[in-house]
Amino acid sequence: MGVGQWLASWPVVRQVTQGDPGAHGAAVKSPESAHLAPRTADADRVVKSICPFCAVGCGQNISVKDDRVTQIEGDPDSPVSRGRLCARGSSSLQLVTNPQREHRVRYRRPHGTEWEDLDLDTAMDMIADRVIASRRQGWEWESGGYHVRRTLGVASLGGATLDNEENYLIKKLFTAMGAVQVENQARI
Amino acid sequence: MAECHPVGFQWVMEAKARGAKVIHVDPRFTRTSALADIHVPLRAGTDIAFLGGLINHVLANGHEFRDYVLSYTNAATILTEEFADTEDLAGVFSGLDADERTYDFHTWSYEGTEVQAAAGQREKMRPDRSAPAGVAASGRGEAHGSGGARVPSDAPRDETLTHPRCVFQVLKRHYARYTPEMVEEVCGVPPDVFAQVCDLLVANSGRERTTSWVYSVGWTQHTVGVQYIRAAAILQLLLGNIGRPGGGILALRGHASIQGSTDIPTLFNLLPGYIPMPHAASNEGLREYLDTESTQKGYWAYADAYLISLLKAWWGGAAKADNDWCYDYLPRLTGSHSTFETVMAQLEGTCTGYFVLGQNPAVGTSNAKMQRLGMANLDWLVVRDFQLIESATWWSDGPEIETGEMRTEDIGTEVFFLPAAAHTEKDGSFTNTQRMLQWHHQAVEPDGDARSDLWFTYHLGRRIRQKLAAAQETATPEDRDRDRPLLDLTWDYPTKGPLDEPEAEAVLAEINGWDADGNPLSSYEQLQPDGSTACGCWIYCGVYADGVNQAARRRPQAEQSWVAPEWGWAWPANRRILYNRASADPDGKPWSERKAYLWWDAEQEKWTGHDIPDFPPTKAPGYTAPEGARGKDALAGDDPFIMQADGKGWLYVPTGLLDGPLPTHYEPQESPVTNALYSQQRNPVRQISAFVHPADRFAPSGHEPGADVFPFALGTYRIAEHHTAGGMSRWSPYLAELAPELFCEVSPELARLRGLEHGGWATIATARGVIETRVLVTERMAPFRMAGRTTYQVGLPYHWGHGGPAPGDAVNELTHMALDPNSHIMETKALTCDIRPGRRPRGAARLDLLRDYQRRAGITAETGTEVSG
Amino acid sequence: MTIHPLPDPVVASGWTDAPPRMGFFTDTSVCIGCKACEVACKEWNAIPARGTEGSSDLAQDFTAMSMDNSMGLGADTWRHVAFIEQRKPLGIQEPGQFHGDDPSGSDVLALAAQGSGTPPSEAGMTPTTPGPAGEFRWLMASDVCKHCTHAACLDVCPTGSLFRTEFGTVVVQEDICNGCGYCVPACPYGVIDQRPEDGRAWKCTLCYDRISVGAEPACAKACPTDSIQFGPLDELRARADARLASMHENGVTDARLYGRDPDDGVGGDGAFFLLLDEPEVYGLPPDPVDTTRDLASMWRHAATAAVTVLAGIAVTFAGGSGRRSRR
Repeated sequence: MGVGQWLASWPVVRQVTQGDPGAHGAAVKSPESAHLAPRTADADRVVKSICPFCAVGCGQNISVKDDRVTQIEGDPDSPVSRGRLCARGSSSLQLVTNPQREHRVRYRRPHGTEWEDLDLDTAMDMIADRVIASRRQGWEWESGGYHVRRTLGVASLGGATLDNEENYLIKKLFTAMGAVQVENQARI
Repeated sequence: MAECHPVGFQWVMEAKARGAKVIHVDPRFTRTSALADIHVPLRAGTDIAFLGGLINHVLANGHEFRDYVLSYTNAATILTEEFADTEDLAGVFSGLDADERTYDFHTWSYEGTEVQAAAGQREKMRPDRSAPAGVAASGRGEAHGSGGARVPSDAPRDETLTHPRCVFQVLKRHYARYTPEMVEEVCGVPPDVFAQVCDLLVANSGRERTTSWVYSVGWTQHTVGVQYIRAAAILQLLLGNIGRPGGGILALRGHASIQGSTDIPTLFNLLPGYIPMPHAASNEGLREYLDTESTQKGYWAYADAYLISLLKAWWGGAAKADNDWCYDYLPRLTGSHSTFETVMAQLEGTCTGYFVLGQNPAVGTSNAKMQRLGMANLDWLVVRDFQLIESATWWSDGPEIETGEMRTEDIGTEVFFLPAAAHTEKDGSFTNTQRMLQWHHQAVEPDGDARSDLWFTYHLGRRIRQKLAAAQETATPEDRDRDRPLLDLTWDYPTKGPLDEPEAEAVLAEINGWDADGNPLSSYEQLQPDGSTACGCWIYCGVYADGVNQAARRRPQAEQSWVAPEWGWAWPANRRILYNRASADPDGKPWSERKAYLWWDAEQEKWTGHDIPDFPPTKAPGYTAPEGARGKDALAGDDPFIMQADGKGWLYVPTGLLDGPLPTHYEPQESPVTNALYSQQRNPVRQISAFVHPADRFAPSGHEPGADVFPFALGTYRIAEHHTAGGMSRWSPYLAELAPELFCEVSPELARLRGLEHGGWATIATARGVIETRVLVTERMAPFRMAGRTTYQVGLPYHWGHGGPAPGDAVNELTHMALDPNSHIMETKALTCDIRPGRRPRGAARLDLLRDYQRRAGITAETGTEVSG
Repeated sequence: MTIHPLPDPVVASGWTDAPPRMGFFTDTSVCIGCKACEVACKEWNAIPARGTEGSSDLAQDFTAMSMDNSMGLGADTWRHVAFIEQRKPLGIQEPGQFHGDDPSGSDVLALAAQGSGTPPSEAGMTPTTPGPAGEFRWLMASDVCKHCTHAACLDVCPTGSLFRTEFGTVVVQEDICNGCGYCVPACPYGVIDQRPEDGRAWKCTLCYDRISVGAEPACAKACPTDSIQFGPLDELRARADARLASMHENGVTDARLYGRDPDDGVGGDGAFFLLLDEPEVYGLPPDPVDTTRDLASMWRHAATAAVTVLAGIAVTFAGGSGRRSRR
């Protein structure tokens, strides 16, 4: 910065030269204010989404910068919501970027008193083994004289923020497994 | 609605600005009441008495929309002579089997006909076999959410509606005792307020105007919940408010895809598209299944095409005509297997492994203690969520650890916590409360071990199939037979990205279905029963028409009509108002220009209008079905209710419901008062008997001894600041700070009566548990004055639990497992409790206080379980 | 030199070719109290939540003030929804509830007579303003910085941190603010406040960053019922006048505009309100006055002067302790 520039940026000089004798406005605009831009302005992309809370189904626009979600707000195009979101919907950014989110598999062994670390691949393998065992243990060909071909050994309870596609695979897999105790928030 | 669906409420405000009157019927004065024209406070659990009063007002004064009622409902249908109403039998219907706690439905039918069995009663049609023990219901009523139960379409009718046994006259007699005075006595609604509602409702219905009813779980979570909705359906049919713009009965559902979770059900009693799960007794083979589940008339006649296409989607090449399309691969029900029976199975040791996927039963399910006891008896538990919710941590910090009922070291359950991906981290569709599918696109990859449930389910299935396939060589024939459904399953979805995420759109394509050449189907009308089509969910057929993801359509609202048909995709067939044929008169003309929606274009010989017809598009209004016609051909030109077996809207339900053909007011399982309408206190066939457990006791009601120990009405609900059991809100600081602690709401009168301090602490007890809350004393919680006595209410938002940054006792420590027999939904909206000032005791003393309450009320395993009580 | 009259604060602040003055019109008659504005504001502006790191208030507990747990505007609450329970009819509302003649003897009128100013710890119930028995309403209103035409906070700011933008809004420039706290007692509405970590002052910016690119402020965009409206102040005033007239026609005679009048003590507000009752009922001063109007202001000419930090801290304490009287 040259001396002239430096001098011109000096507020007292700006007060006089910019017609802001009270130093209320233009003369005191700070460097940060001068370069102010909404954080969504330089988003790499805006992804169309739907609010994950209630079933009104408000449209959401998700701003992404450097593969991080930087803002979530209402989609004005939506005939359902016209760009609006309630308190819960407006907290979506916090929901997905919350530092309290747990991103690691946690494992509690039988009778254990603490969580332990566990590799995701190992966890999946262990779960598959347990499903097979419980399925067999709770298997029934017949019940009360009727043919049933099912297992009561494995049950599932899903939340109602599961996607349709997720519900479909759950129902498909569990039914093929012979499990009938497949339930969802939709009942309770 | 303003509390739990604020953005939806903008449309109520729009309507209000255009002159609509908003009536809010709720025990409490809420944010919705604040913006309503009239708030009608009514005692929780009395809505059928209130709605019955409105029905009586309409019928007694001839306010029904006669033309609509005559043509579009079963008002004229004549019932069998054997039918006896609650008027004749002191509050119960004919056919009650008190020992089995069930109704025999046969006497409820139309004259001269045999009807289909109601839910779970089909085994009785097979006298050669005994019914499996404990089978009351397998949820067949819910299966008819899409298709009507079977009735013949040619039952005798009386077009004058004067025959004493026609539905219209039966209805009139049934509701005659629901007078304004009775409404006041039962509901606590003053006659002048009730008269105001009657007048507004009638004035706002008919040719020129329509009224809509909006409800949420305040109606469903009762031991007579389904009948609440039925009562609204009767009222709306009488007033001509179904199938018309501005009409309807709208369920405000509480979760992003809770409608989708019902349509593509992760529910025990349903297959995708409301196809019933096979029942062991009546659905042994495919033929028996189709004989009992499909109808002659209407679109439910094609149940064979829907089911066989589903079987083809699941088992592909293995599903062949000669093996009944793998029908035998489907496991069979023997009764209810709802989440409440699952808990009992866990306690018995039958169910040893449990998946909890984005759900928090340890605090969120009614009688949460039972849920925790069940989980503590498992071999293994998998919890998938964003945070370490209470359902993952109860073994170390649950209430039973505090009371000493359990020791962490003694609990043998192996717990896997797997972090879940958020909606921003995966592709997929949600189905909103208007049956509209909307696609959300993945924005970023999930961090760490977080994965979508699509990923989890797909890769779990892949691993299980691999392990079973590898073991086949050494497997016994029985093992091989058991594993065939898994090994034959079509399970080869394409994956993408660094995490091998399954392509959600490929799953959607399977849900939509394809023809024999693999081309995407565009309509469920293309489905065939010959194995040439595959379709994962027939009501969603068309969502991937032309290979295009229709759910991802986003034409801006400003660039299309007010119906906005090009935003997302609504099932079925992108129709936005169901049964919209009823928006036109029998001749196909709009009932009024003001309410024109769909009409018959005689020149083009087709239905036209603002929406896609929910009717065969070229079926003329004057069409009459030839003798013996089937399916859609059997529908007359003025049969708007195309899923019903007689094409009519049902004022009276001859079959399909377990607890009666007409809604009848019963007091909740627990009530501070005695039923003023009938000597029958409670729904005689409410579902309770399967859950006898020391942790699920009931309080005495009304005049029963000990009822005064729990003298206050208790209701649970949600508030604007939080989401359900808090898994998606308590951990978000911006929401947590808005409502940081559990609180109860009580009136100044109750506060004075019990010495409760505003802003202080209170202890609330029911027959099941004891919790502590902060106290909000407010005039918004008015007591009810009825029949010379005052009933006080305690309100409890249920969002809290012992974990997370905004902790509090779980309200579901107080709730019970008495269920609606049709839907297996628990009654959490009307209970009884006591409230006292101060915090609850700690440790084992908490249990002592509970036992003291139980002792004083004389509670035993039998209390509140009487059929006739 | 005096600061009055100030015909156009934007021009007087040295802006040429400025856009129209922008503001908020908050129509409280359609507010449903959902608090979307509070959360949307915090999300956009990354304001620390109470009870979390960096927050001005580590307490996070139940206030017993109806559904209000945010208490009021402050450094970390730039939109605040007030809830007022009242003995008054709303529209044709006919609640049909019993209170006044309750035989159990609870004198709710006496309780209510304590008024909404009663601290929750002393109130027998949610503070309710009095009225006849059998009538009840629940007012909700989203409060915000008023962006005064004559903004005392700006006048007393010695550093030029508080400044008037080209949109006529009043914004704290956090890269300038030195935490002196003079602005805090200067505000006639008690809006602006400091965060404890470094004493800097914070308040609503009317989303200066968003409106600079033509976007709506976060709260107005989220508001489900359009209770919060954003736009050129002239347009908002015309809209508000029409709304008020129609409410009066419909018999809602208590409806009034607050902060709409350019001749009031602060020269009119850039963020003004339609209220259904006296301003005091909502916790708003009935007759706000620019606190600097009678002062021979030394600050205006001393934007570059050294700051009396000690005095600033003293003011901080004086201003901070009174408003935050939580347990």
